[in-house]
Amino acid sequence: MTKTITIDPVTRLEGHGKITLELDKRGEVKTAHFHVTQVRGFEKFSEGRLFYEMPALMARICGICPVSHLIASAKACEAIMAVEIPHTAAQLRRMMNLAQMVQSHALSFFYLSSPDLLLGMDSEPTARHIFGVAASYPELGRAGIGLRRFGQHIIELLGEKRIHPGWIVPGGVTEPLSAEKRDEILKMIPEALAAVQLAIKSYKEITYRFEDEIAHFANFPSMFLGLINEDESVEFTDGALRLIDANGNVVADGITAKKFTEVMGEAVEPYSYTKFVYYKAFGYPEGCFRVGPLARLNIVKSMSTPLADAELRQFKQLENGPVRSSFHYHHARLIEMLHGVEKIEMILSDPLILDKHVRATAGVNRLEGAGQAEAPRGTLVHNYKVDENGKMTWANLMVATGLNNNAMNQGVLQAARFFVKDGKLSDGILNRIEAVIRTFDPCLSCSTHAFGKMPLLIELMDEDGLKVDEVRR
Amino acid sequence: MSAATDIKTLVINGQDVSARPDQTILDVARENGINIPTLCHLDGLTDVGACRLCLIEVKGQNKLFPACVTRVEEGMEVTTESERLAKHRRTILELLFAERNHICAVCVANGNCELQSLSQELGLTHVRLPYRNPELNVDASHERFTCDHNRCILCTRCVRVCAEIEGAHVWDVMGRGADCKVITDLETPWGDKNSSCTKCGKCVQVCPTGALYEKGKVGIEKPKHPEFLPYLNLMREAQ
Repeated sequence: MTKTITIDPVTRLEGHGKITLELDKRGEVKTAHFHVTQVRGFEKFSEGRLFYEMPALMARICGICPVSHLIASAKACEAIMAVEIPHTAAQLRRMMNLAQMVQSHALSFFYLSSPDLLLGMDSEPTARHIFGVAASYPELGRAGIGLRRFGQHIIELLGEKRIHPGWIVPGGVTEPLSAEKRDEILKMIPEALAAVQLAIKSYKEITYRFEDEIAHFANFPSMFLGLINEDESVEFTDGALRLIDANGNVVADGITAKKFTEVMGEAVEPYSYTKFVYYKAFGYPEGCFRVGPLARLNIVKSMSTPLADAELRQFKQLENGPVRSSFHYHHARLIEMLHGVEKIEMILSDPLILDKHVRATAGVNRLEGAGQAEAPRGTLVHNYKVDENGKMTWANLMVATGLNNNAMNQGVLQAARFFVKDGKLSDGILNRIEAVIRTFDPCLSCSTHAFGKMPLLIELMDEDGLKVDEVRR
Repeated sequence: MSAATDIKTLVINGQDVSARPDQTILDVARENGINIPTLCHLDGLTDVGACRLCLIEVKGQNKLFPACVTRVEEGMEVTTESERLAKHRRTILELLFAERNHICAVCVANGNCELQSLSQELGLTHVRLPYRNPELNVDASHERFTCDHNRCILCTRCVRVCAEIEGAHVWDVMGRGADCKVITDLETPWGDKNSSCTKCGKCVQVCPTGALYEKGKVGIEKPKHPEFLPYLNLMREAQ
């Protein structure tokens, strides 16, 4: 008799998703799927709107990484306008993107994943949350909340709003930076730096407890994709994409947003509303890859900031060649946070950072445009077509969760095969399967509302669809 | 007739006020620091009493009067705030929201919209009526401006400013009821090569919502300046 185990919803994720595991007659896991169960429709309902409304419209996709959508969208619009934005505007956008990365990574690491890491995968579910962490590790709890505030406050200082700031527009930004705001941000740097260093130190001290997880959490050879600068340092806002194979060899380089759709394809599976992105030359699913912090750190040669560079050197020693275990996404995330805080300080020392010229203007000069950026959870590409008046006729978005979709499904299967034995379930086992997804920090929809008290129901079904067992959390 | 007899005295919200006979209740109330909400009214343009938000009560009369087009009368006792008026005003706003597609979060006028501000001021927390969600056109044919019928509340400020101040009369109104809409020329695209539009942008400046706006501008940039109108009128009268 085969069984299907459903984990619905997967908790401590950004958005709604569920996992199903199919067991064969011997109780071994046969297949595993991660389903994204919602339809948003942004690509469709933006048709007919003016292209310069797109950044603000698309930012509404997500409450955690709106800045990434703003940037990718604004860049797509700038391709339509055929303009290059002023240097200061590019630097200010870069700073906002880094601020968002710090807050989003802090959310992922401290709020969503640290309960598993610090309190244990098998700890009591009712206390396995950020408040439980704050009770047992008050310093780390404070650091996490502080880092989130740091990122959000910078976004608010620059764009007036913490979520969905309308400051990033096609052509640049609406307002230049004032000296007062610059000084206020600089004042916050030392505390943020101390918080992220504490997190890295604490994380390194506990990783020895997770040998099984490191070995079985989506630990497989795959390609990696991410933005990189010409000097091979990490990049989140500009630069071009590089794709490397599991041994670190460059497969494709200099992939611009315009070229992205030429080299990447999208596959559809019946069990998920999220598409599966793959490298066309290798086909589907062989051409699938991973994106996000792990991929970025595997690709780059330097972080371009001193403290993060020292951490990167240690990170590169984790495995021989590119780091394959998705468990190390957590580690990569912490290093990126460190880089983010350092880089923001560097950007603020740019002599032109207070320059008043922060916007380029133009009308419709091309009928198609694409823009790409690194969201905290991976590469994001917006592609638009407009008519001669600038009205949207078509939009296509390729988001990090779609790019990681295949790897997440493979990862769930790998972990389920190792941890689920003889069809036996326990809370700790199910939590580990969910934790595989959490390492990728996927952004399934738009906000943190999945965090907290949502019930978890696992049903065991027989071949006829009859329920044979049920576990409720 | 002496100047003294030209003065009318009346009571607004229990406050004794005096006014010239050619003044409206709205003028007098505002002169005396009494706020009456309006949408279609704009200082410098002829009033048409279209939005009905400025409805007020007059003692001894059962019906309500639009303050922007009602002249003062000797001995009038006017009430501008009551439970009944608040209910009517909120309902008018609800009807406006339900009629077309007002999506504040992604509107170019977000944070800089008179309809939005008024809703906040009058405590409109939700719309009880089902939204009609009509499929409406966005006219982006003009080189500088855009007309988004989804956000239009048919206040006709654009029609009046174009006819009365600019003198071009590009804008007008066509259709009835739910099919009513503002049009440019004889319902030809705004950016048509034969358009009579002078590209002055006055209609954009006076539009209270995100229906008319400058291309490429978004709400955060606070693009509208309707306050120029009384000044423009004043300077013309002085000539």
